[in-house]
Amino acid sequence: MADRAVERATAVVIGAGHAGLAASHFLSARSIDHVVLERGQVANSWRTERWDSLRLLTPNWLSRLPGHRYQGPDPDGYMTMPEVVDFIEQFAVSVRAPVRTDTTVQRLSRTDDGYRVATDQGLLDCRAVILATGACNVPVVPPLSEGVPSGIRQLTPFDHGELRELPEGGVLVVGASATGVQLAAEFRRRGHPVTLCVGEHVRLPRTYRGRDVLWWMAESGVWDQRYDELDDLTRARRLPSPQLVGTPERTTLDLNVLRSMGVETVGRLAGVRDGRALFSGGLRNVFALADLKMRRLLDTFDQWAREHRHDDEIDAPERFPATSVPESARLQLDLGSGDFRTIVWATGFRPDYRWLDVPVLDAKGQLRHEGGVVDSPGLYALGLPVLRRRKSTFIHGIEDDAREVVDHLTRYLGHGARHRIRDDACCSR
Amino acid sequence: MTTVTNGVNVQALLDAREVLRGAPEAAQFTWRASSTWQNGVHSRTTIQNFFGLGQEQNHKTEAVFDADHPEVFAAEDNGITPIEYLLVGLASCLTAGVASVAQNRGIQLRSVQATVEGQHDIRGILGVDSDVRNGFNDVKVTFSIDADASPEEIEALVAQSQKRSAVFDALTNPTNVTVEVA
Repeated sequence: MADRAVERATAVVIGAGHAGLAASHFLSARSIDHVVLERGQVANSWRTERWDSLRLLTPNWLSRLPGHRYQGPDPDGYMTMPEVVDFIEQFAVSVRAPVRTDTTVQRLSRTDDGYRVATDQGLLDCRAVILATGACNVPVVPPLSEGVPSGIRQLTPFDHGELRELPEGGVLVVGASATGVQLAAEFRRRGHPVTLCVGEHVRLPRTYRGRDVLWWMAESGVWDQRYDELDDLTRARRLPSPQLVGTPERTTLDLNVLRSMGVETVGRLAGVRDGRALFSGGLRNVFALADLKMRRLLDTFDQWAREHRHDDEIDAPERFPATSVPESARLQLDLGSGDFRTIVWATGFRPDYRWLDVPVLDAKGQLRHEGGVVDSPGLYALGLPVLRRRKSTFIHGIEDDAREVVDHLTRYLGHGARHRIRDDACCSR
Repeated sequence: MTTVTNGVNVQALLDAREVLRGAPEAAQFTWRASSTWQNGVHSRTTIQNFFGLGQEQNHKTEAVFDADHPEVFAAEDNGITPIEYLLVGLASCLTAGVASVAQNRGIQLRSVQATVEGQHDIRGILGVDSDVRNGFNDVKVTFSIDADASPEEIEALVAQSQKRSAVFDALTNPTNVTVEVA
């Protein structure tokens, strides 16, 4: 090992998605020499880990990165995945990010004065590291999936090849976040009987009072709520993604829409026993919780519009019908009957930190950090849910977070330098 | 700070939540009941101790519950029907939740009434029709709440109390049950 060349940089950014590139932009602006390591190509997850029909949930006019915004003809539309990749690639070029593609980090560990990054291309020592590897590296599949009979094909949103063409017959989609509702709608349109398991979820209309609901989130300040102002940060960070879809028609995709398409809704998948899927009988309450929460959010929007005298420019307040409860929701389903051939686990994602050899994970495998400042000096994170604000995981949400995290990193390097000088003085005496 | 007096020590609960976050083992409770057959379909169940916070615990007094079946079941009606105890559990659990959530949200309660109805087709337990289940087909809880709060806030109280209810969860989700002979 000793004779193997170890390269040095002041900072290393891991991941060249929008978060890592935004970090690179601010590091360059502060003249901090750094490299951005990327296991694949720029915007790798958007290229390889998303299903075909997915579009961004945020409208184009809102999809902006530091100094970089959508210039195309359709500001109210939603980018397709190839468009997102282009958008992020252009950003990488415009900020001249020092990206090293096809460089996989295999281990990150502490050294006396910083970190050692071991990659499949060699070793790198640095004083600070920004983890920008994303929040959705691995699909989460609950342990109860082990009880599913072997004749049923089990897929996750990462299996985009197989999702393109499912075996004929029924599909059980587990989870009613943006992913779950979008996939349920797509399978239904392709003619599959679809049953959707619904636990706690976030209901939102696509447009409200004539504006995109995310316009409201941005303008009213809800999205700017800081992590240290929230009542229950743990809960905010675990919140499923809202039931939204980006389509040219700007349509709402809530459970009422799904039911009108013929998608059956059942309660949360609570167990699989003797080849039967068992669903919770608490469906009515998860509907009530989501309806109440949506109504409170719309009240917040209305109040903001009133206080800021926007009522004249915007359509009148709207209220949406409650989520309709099935006459009698099914409590179980025989997975061996042959009616159902596929289960799609839309049960969330988690980051992959297997390469992280710094003790900064809690008992549940989550990174311990305070607004992106990880619990190890010189280590930072970006692009995690509600990292510093509610908007943290949305593309436009990265700018404020990246600026503040890099500011902290810059101060840290400054302090570190002073300490080192003092240490040197001690030694020379 | 809050002047609401629903009689729930929310601070103690919030403190416990903080402590148990770092000590999951202390959060492991075992609840126990002990039942003795009396005669016919009449049994008497007593509850006195439980395990929790890492040690044996006792209720202040032992509680005694007679369960029997009504006369229309050709029984002596020495107590309520076992399945009615589920209604007792559900109503009291949700009501406790309403009071706790209201206290936490600064909502003063004046009265809380819950009516619980369980729809039960007894052809199941009698073995008349094997397609009919033994347990409830449907359970409906109706709350009447008088409080210093808007109808929406009251709806939210009731929704949150279901979200955090042990008995609501136990009734709406499957649970592994082992019955064996000692």
